[in-house]
Amino acid sequence: MIAGVITGWRSFYGEHPAHLLAVLACLALAGYAALGVLMNPVWPRMLLWFAAAIVAHDLVLFPLYAATDRLLNRVRPGPAVNYLRLPLLGVGVSFALFFPGIIRQGAVTYHAATGLTQEPFLARWLLLCAAMFGASLLAYALRSGVRRLLQT
Amino acid sequence: MPRTRSESAPARPTPVAPPPPPRYAFPAPLWRTVERLRPPGLGRTRHWRSPLRGPWLTSVFGAVLLVSLPIVIVTGLLDYLAYGPQFHQAFPFGVGWLHLPYFDWPTRPSWLFRLTQGLHVGLGLVLIPVVLAKLWSVVPRLFAWPPARSLAQVLERTSLIAVVGGILFEIATGVLNIQYDYVFGFDFYTAHYFGAWVFLGGIVVHVALKFPHLVAGLRSRSLRTELRTPLAETQPEPAHPEDPDSLVALDPAPPTISRRGLLAVVGGGALLVGLLTAGQTIGGPLRRAAILLPRGRSYGDGPNDFQINRTSLAAGITDELVGPTWRLNLTGGALPVTFDLNALHAMPQHTAELPLACVEGWSSTQVWSGVRLRDLAAMAGVPAPTSAVVRSVEPAGAFNVATLTRGQVLDPDSLLATEVNGTPLSRDHGAPCRVIAPAVPGVHCTKWVGSIEFRTAP
Repeated sequence: MIAGVITGWRSFYGEHPAHLLAVLACLALAGYAALGVLMNPVWPRMLLWFAAAIVAHDLVLFPLYAATDRLLNRVRPGPAVNYLRLPLLGVGVSFALFFPGIIRQGAVTYHAATGLTQEPFLARWLLLCAAMFGASLLAYALRSGVRRLLQT
Repeated sequence: MPRTRSESAPARPTPVAPPPPPRYAFPAPLWRTVERLRPPGLGRTRHWRSPLRGPWLTSVFGAVLLVSLPIVIVTGLLDYLAYGPQFHQAFPFGVGWLHLPYFDWPTRPSWLFRLTQGLHVGLGLVLIPVVLAKLWSVVPRLFAWPPARSLAQVLERTSLIAVVGGILFEIATGVLNIQYDYVFGFDFYTAHYFGAWVFLGGIVVHVALKFPHLVAGLRSRSLRTELRTPLAETQPEPAHPEDPDSLVALDPAPPTISRRGLLAVVGGGALLVGLLTAGQTIGGPLRRAAILLPRGRSYGDGPNDFQINRTSLAAGITDELVGPTWRLNLTGGALPVTFDLNALHAMPQHTAELPLACVEGWSSTQVWSGVRLRDLAAMAGVPAPTSAVVRSVEPAGAFNVATLTRGQVLDPDSLLATEVNGTPLSRDHGAPCRVIAPAVPGVHCTKWVGSIEFRTAP
């Protein structure tokens, strides 16, 4: 009897009733949390950033890095593409995480808090990038050198 | 399905059972129509070419996050409690039911807050490459067609907005906040705290619904075998071409990296972020490795040369406020008591090695000397206070007043410090005196203290 009800429910809803309970409970929790910011007058801005975070990752960042990767694969087909891909990933991740210092965003707050300026970060980041590309180049040279030695 | 793939090369393609025909729940004609109206480019097309995407890979990333993200969430919620919501000094105010059970934040171990905030910020940053890899591994599902075949799927996909939006929002606001970049133009605490609960709502249902898939995915291949499989033997995960929901590419490109290689890249990314981050809380020689973060900066090697989070200049501290006319006022007893700096120096002094730890994910351990807060309480005539309100002479600022719990006042290492590392505090570090107490958040270690009110009522 109960099994029959559940089968009927499944053909209507698509999943077990517990699925509906779980999803509704969690959506209610997320909704309750979202209500918490409504007291804040700039909540539309928060909502905008929430939506923009999804768009920025799914529709900007992902297509961008996927297209870059395809381009790299066309320039250098085969596994050797990794010698370009890996340092580029390192450059991308380090910039994405630490760009405020690198491009000196938030300079006034930074100075008020620390008494210092963001001046060294760009040079440091460029050195880090150089180190990553350099290490990759060295690994490539060593590897192809060893391969050539083995072939002769 | 076989649990492991044969190690003999070349691997034979594994026969896979065709998926059951898609079921359409109510209203079936609607879902069928939607499916027929597929926009070009959407669905499991041949454009998705990664030879590595598949349920096993996604499950590995998912398992890593399932174990590690709860640490980030719980330490974040603990940091809220460390701020003392019972004194209305935890931000945001009024979180309703959205908090861990309240308790008085302990003073022991003295590195407790250093640990919780260090883990929250440090682990949160380290996991960003894993989060990005996890999102990459499932991104074809974003462009799947039809978007749903039942109301259940509509609801489930809606909950994914809370998951994906939540984690990206938390990452974005957190990453900006620890670098003083307030470009978002809203209150960080409010956004980050409620954003976390939106994410929590989404992730709980996501884990509940996907956990069986995660277990099946992990069991579908042997991790040990994968770690021994070189590029030359790397094959796509098995999937049936007729399965519209599969993550596996229909027409996979030849692999350019092995599965173990991809795991190493993601792990390497996490390691790189860890190297660039850990120093700001571990300190010592590692601090200099945090080359891109504000807290990796060196102030020199003098006794007062360690991290500052608010300069005296920015706080508006003038000679009149902290010069010879400065006085410390203690209230709460029968009569108010006032001391000048010489009187403070004449009191019994105590020295303690304590971390100064900030919720923004950095800390710095120094040797502090000064008068015990409990001695000051006794001198004020309140030997057993229930709390103490410490006020700075700083004219304005969100943290020019802080309330300490009974435990924080009475701990033998809780000090009104006048010296650090054997020399007087510099003005940027709070001269003439500042609070330093075990496991108390840095912003509540009030600088430029002007008065302390010892309370006996709750």
